[in-house]
Amino acid sequence: MTDLGLAALVPLPVLLSLLGAGAALMLSGRPSLQRAVSVVVLSSVVVVAALLLWAADTQGPQVLRLGGWPAELGISLVADRLAALMLLVSAIVTLAVLVYSLGQGITEEDREAPVSIYHPTFLVLVAGVSNAFLSGDLFNLFVSFEMLLFSSYVLLTLGGTAARVRAGTIYVVVNLLSSMLFLVAIAVTYSAVGTLGMAEIAVRVSELPDSVSLVIQLLLLVTFAIKAAVFPLSLWLPDSYPTAPAPVTAVFAGLLTKVGVYAILRTQTLIFPDSPLTDLLLGAALATMLVGILGAIAQSDIKRMLSFTLVSHIGYMIFGIALATQAGLSGAIFYVAHHITIQTSLFLVVGLIEARAGSTALLRMGGLARLAPVIGVLFFVPAMNLAGIPPMSGFIGKVGLLEAGLAYGSPLALVLVAAGVLTSLLTLYAVAKTWGLAFWRSPEQAHEMAKALPEPEDERTVLPAPGGTTPDGQRTAMVHHRGHVHVGPATFGERDLQTAHELRAEDGNDRDLHQLLEAGALPTRLPALMVAPAAALVGVSLAFTVIGGPMYALTDRAAADIQDRAPYLSAVLAEGFE
Amino acid sequence: MTVSLPLVVTAAVLVGTGVYLMLERSLTRVLVGLVLLSNGVNVCFLVAAGRPGDAPLYDGSNAETMADPLPQALVLTAIVITLGTTAFLLAMAHRSWQLNGNDDVQDDIEDAAIRRLALADDVSEGYEAEGEDQPAERHDEDRGETREEERR
Repeated sequence: MTDLGLAALVPLPVLLSLLGAGAALMLSGRPSLQRAVSVVVLSSVVVVAALLLWAADTQGPQVLRLGGWPAELGISLVADRLAALMLLVSAIVTLAVLVYSLGQGITEEDREAPVSIYHPTFLVLVAGVSNAFLSGDLFNLFVSFEMLLFSSYVLLTLGGTAARVRAGTIYVVVNLLSSMLFLVAIAVTYSAVGTLGMAEIAVRVSELPDSVSLVIQLLLLVTFAIKAAVFPLSLWLPDSYPTAPAPVTAVFAGLLTKVGVYAILRTQTLIFPDSPLTDLLLGAALATMLVGILGAIAQSDIKRMLSFTLVSHIGYMIFGIALATQAGLSGAIFYVAHHITIQTSLFLVVGLIEARAGSTALLRMGGLARLAPVIGVLFFVPAMNLAGIPPMSGFIGKVGLLEAGLAYGSPLALVLVAAGVLTSLLTLYAVAKTWGLAFWRSPEQAHEMAKALPEPEDERTVLPAPGGTTPDGQRTAMVHHRGHVHVGPATFGERDLQTAHELRAEDGNDRDLHQLLEAGALPTRLPALMVAPAAALVGVSLAFTVIGGPMYALTDRAAADIQDRAPYLSAVLAEGFE
Repeated sequence: MTVSLPLVVTAAVLVGTGVYLMLERSLTRVLVGLVLLSNGVNVCFLVAAGRPGDAPLYDGSNAETMADPLPQALVLTAIVITLGTTAFLLAMAHRSWQLNGNDDVQDDIEDAAIRRLALADDVSEGYEAEGEDQPAERHDEDRGETREEERR
């Protein structure tokens, strides 16, 4: 065997997480040991990813050919600047989320989360995400997607409560459909070019007729757009994410959609450098931004609001990818890195809010700024960063993208620049509204307003009274069909309806934050293990601002690499393996 | 490359019925649809493999007449993954039946609530009232007045 040098590090993020998952599963009877294993594994993944980024930046892409097969036969794992950067950011984020979930586990005391399977599943998720970043082969990419999806199915339906099973159903079916589409894309690619290594495909695809390569491109694009939640294919996301436990939602929102964005970035730049689809992608980016943010404004729950802003900001990344100029790609890469940390930390903070205030429904909250000033700061900083207030990293990323759009100069690109500014303003409006309602007014005020405003009563009328009339006496057509109640366009399970009526009777409008406080039903202190990781992630996102210059230089180099293609191709396809 | 027409037709029929079944509300039908769909996709891989041939064993068979082994390996992987997913979906359908007495996919209550609020056009007024600290006037003036009185 030869000396692999630093390339020997390439499979470690995947291997460590998978072995850690096995170990954690065996140690399920001994929770403290299991926790130690997960933390140690993820910490070492962070170290390995940092080393890989350094190696990729100073010595070019690190390639490992699995089993020593030549590149055209075997599967390669490739860590170039882009992959290594994504790997490092995702490793930091997952470590923070894991520590946070340790803290939450202490308070929740296994109420809805069987902790024994949480750690192994989480580690498999990390392995899948890492493998997706590193993979240099389409089928291997499919397998890594399945790894991360399977763990996400389990994490999303953790505990199997009614709400989570409902949300999980949509999520699982949509993702299965996208997996099937991916398989079709792989079959088409294989029969067209006779290989599945991405570098080989990139070389051979230019020999194909335009129509065939367009079919392959569209198939791959649709597949990854479902995972990345690009507008017409994003409708599953706000439905399924908010019901999961806070750390799970945080890691999904931060990472899983970005894996889809990464896959779009990788395949579009590597395999289809002269894309005829720029306008299509620009249009999708426009629709994603605007529809997403308008959805966010309409929400009355923080988690759902954040899920919609997540969709909306995917539009910025697609914008950069669509331009396919170096500036655009660099902006997109920077934005992905920024958005992973920012979105995860926001969801972690929302978890803190939920633990402190007992709910994330805006109508029931108020006065958190006085009640929990630390949470206030932790929410305010990433929220302003998300909206892109200078000088934070969100501002840097947006400016980079907008400049790239101006430099590109086509009418649609200019429209997108305007839409980008508008989306940023509307994001500010959405988070400012959340801030005003949840943090600024007093709980008493919130209580008074909730009583005075018509909304809560209106929400009640969603539930038809058992007799078939709504409380205001208006008859609604209630159709019972196969254990279901259809009311107008909506459908509820009978059990759902029953629990909703019970909930309304005992809780409803009366148990808002004000009353919970008076009853002393809330914890006054949050465990440091929850607050510290959230604070650390907010710190990381702020660090992106401080190191914005070097960071942007790095993404510039990464973008130059993937636009040039030569570093990737020559590293993967280099003759021989002595 | 020559393509076997029966395989293409089989794949098309399987995928078509699979998609049709996936549009149903009952999770078990969705599941059956997925199984059909995935089998259709697997048949696609057989199409992609090109002409059939001898078993691709390491020695003892001629490379000229050998079938392409790679798509078969891919299909095997895909089959295993589909098996796992099917089992998971079955478990979810069972859980849904335990919880609701049926396995139909439910609408999102939160969505319905927001849709109704939008129809009633109450949200914006409500938030304006909160944001600017003014009572909502148009629809419920009496309420606004009582609140102003309280404030005084």
